[in-house]
Amino acid sequence: MIYDFLFELTGSEFLAGLIQSLLPLFLFILPFALFAVWWERKISAHMQDRLGPMRVGWHGWLQTIADILKLLQKEDIVPRDVDKPLFNLAPVLVFMGSYAVFAAIPFSGAFIGSNIDLGLFYIVAVSGIVVASILMAGWASNNKYSLLGAMRSAAQIISYEIPTMIVVVTIVMITGTLNLYTLSEMQTGYFWNWMIFGGPGFGVDKFLFIPLMIIAFFILYISTLAEVNRTPFDIPEAESELVAGYHTEYSGMKFAMFFLAEYANMFAVSAIVSAVFFGGYQSPFGYLGNTLGIEWLIPIEQFFWFTAKGLFFIFVQMWLRWTLPRLRVDQLMALCWKYLIPISFVNLLIVGLITVL
Amino acid sequence: MQEIIENKITESNGVATEEMILNMGPQHPSTHGVLRLELLLEGEIIKKVTPHIGYLHRCFEKHAEAMTYPQVVPYVDRMDYLASMGNEFGYVVAVEKLLDIKVPERVEYIRVIMAELQRIASHLVALGTYGADIGAMTPFLFCFRDREKILHLFEITCGARLLYNYMWVGGLSHDLHPDFIRLTKEFIQYFRPKVVELNELLTNNKIFIERTANIGILPVDVAINYGVSGPMLRGSGFKWDIRRNDPYSIYDRFDFDIPVGQGLMGTVGDSWDRYYVRVLEMEESLKIIEQAIEQIPEGNVSEAIPKRIKPPVGEVYARIENPRGELGYYIISDGTTNPFRVKVRPPSFVNLAVMDELCRGHMVADVIAILGSVDIVLGEVDR
Repeated sequence: MIYDFLFELTGSEFLAGLIQSLLPLFLFILPFALFAVWWERKISAHMQDRLGPMRVGWHGWLQTIADILKLLQKEDIVPRDVDKPLFNLAPVLVFMGSYAVFAAIPFSGAFIGSNIDLGLFYIVAVSGIVVASILMAGWASNNKYSLLGAMRSAAQIISYEIPTMIVVVTIVMITGTLNLYTLSEMQTGYFWNWMIFGGPGFGVDKFLFIPLMIIAFFILYISTLAEVNRTPFDIPEAESELVAGYHTEYSGMKFAMFFLAEYANMFAVSAIVSAVFFGGYQSPFGYLGNTLGIEWLIPIEQFFWFTAKGLFFIFVQMWLRWTLPRLRVDQLMALCWKYLIPISFVNLLIVGLITVL
Repeated sequence: MQEIIENKITESNGVATEEMILNMGPQHPSTHGVLRLELLLEGEIIKKVTPHIGYLHRCFEKHAEAMTYPQVVPYVDRMDYLASMGNEFGYVVAVEKLLDIKVPERVEYIRVIMAELQRIASHLVALGTYGADIGAMTPFLFCFRDREKILHLFEITCGARLLYNYMWVGGLSHDLHPDFIRLTKEFIQYFRPKVVELNELLTNNKIFIERTANIGILPVDVAINYGVSGPMLRGSGFKWDIRRNDPYSIYDRFDFDIPVGQGLMGTVGDSWDRYYVRVLEMEESLKIIEQAIEQIPEGNVSEAIPKRIKPPVGEVYARIENPRGELGYYIISDGTTNPFRVKVRPPSFVNLAVMDELCRGHMVADVIAILGSVDIVLGEVDR
């Protein structure tokens, strides 16, 4: 574990903990967000018969950095009638909420922010901060569009946490753990050990689990799409209806914080989906490090697989975004309450029965 | 106006709820220009919609009185700027009727080809932006990609891409480019599969249908009472097309269908029907263009252009089927070279009036869906 290494290096528990918790931010989230924004622009452009950013760097890969520099230089506009403390606090909180999620996500076997036993539970709980800060932003902006966006967002995220939680409980019933690290370790070996293929072991129940797990995966994926406000569920920030929803009034770096949080969230939910159903950081074909006998290669390979899976799910998110129209807010709720929750409950019951028997 | 500015506060069970007034526009991405909609909301439910117009008013009608007849043509371009060819067509038809002159066959055919190409281009913008309003950005760019091909055809013909000043009283400013016929045939070949693509990507998308079917239902009697015309009226299931019912130019020579809304996905006259009528109309326009290209005669396009236009005292009303509906010109001549009065019956303006009727009881998000299906151009609404 990286913590032991840091502890040896610094000789202080506090410093080791601090550095360990900051590593995901600087090593991963910030570069990732920069990359993902560019990636999304390129993907959307190619889907739409365009080129996208081409001028700044090779195929425009420096575009986001240029944008960030622009945003940093911008005047920090605080409208006159806003609730100043809340208005200033909201972008910080929203970023904190989405960053805190990364603490429990295992990036590789050797690199996890905090190996807590309630990992999955913690993630669902902490992402609630995002809702609170979105509401805060919408309310403090003193703008009707922002308020509508924030109210929709709160309603949406809270509703979609229910199917998410039920799916999580389903998984817990099978594996008996909420710890994402343990969960990932359980799915080691080859890809048929992944939860989507019924988990490790080769009993009868494995094959019974496969269809149920596929249903559970779809429910979880749809719910997480809704939780990160992506199309077809981007109703809170529907740019053609509510202009930009809760962050209409934000500019400069505060806006960038919302933007960054959105992309960090995208990766967080993709990571959860891959950790729960697709073996997390586990390689689908075994490790090169094992074959070659190079011990230190394995964590790097794991990190590679983890990123690849995360990026794949993000690609699917972007693909959906640039293909589908947007649902209306009541249709969104109907989808959640009429379909996802009942189906996930039935799924939970059947999985429970199989596990008991 | 004053009574809707006041918020109504209702109390039930000791809880006071307040109606909210939301100003949508003039700076809003989905109002298709500088339209301001004043929405009276109860929660997210619309109680009343008041459109406020006039942000793009340019005094066109008064201005036209100070111009000679040919000088008005560039000004009518700027009304419905997505269908400039249609605007010119209507104006020259009206003035020619006033002058009682006949234009050469070739001119008529070229005018029809241009007007139908323009109809496709205009509908492409309408459909694309409608998709973008609903949240699908990709069909929007696909539509603009195809529209670009049409604009290219216009560009090689008259040099302009948006405001052409192409149709003159008695003729045209330029004859067709030597490549025009070939390129138009290529465009028709290219475009037919693209309509199928649009249908697959957007028209039959489940979410799109959810958002548009049974939204903003316009019964046919209400439509007629409001004087609604064009795809909106046909979307309500009424077969009315000036090209067929009151043929102008040479439209009686072509074989084409008039698509009407059938309520395939919901009720007759809902937003989806209005949308789908436009999709089908593009196909019909392609048919007309194909026939016109086959039949087009040789000739001189500028031989009938009068040196000096001085119509006799009198008045005339001429109407054509613009992409957005019935575009009428009422021109009074006092025998001088300037028109005494030019009154336009703009389809967008008349169609916009029905917004309140369509939106009541729906949600804020539906206002966007309905406004997109009404398909207004503010340049024409305000003139």
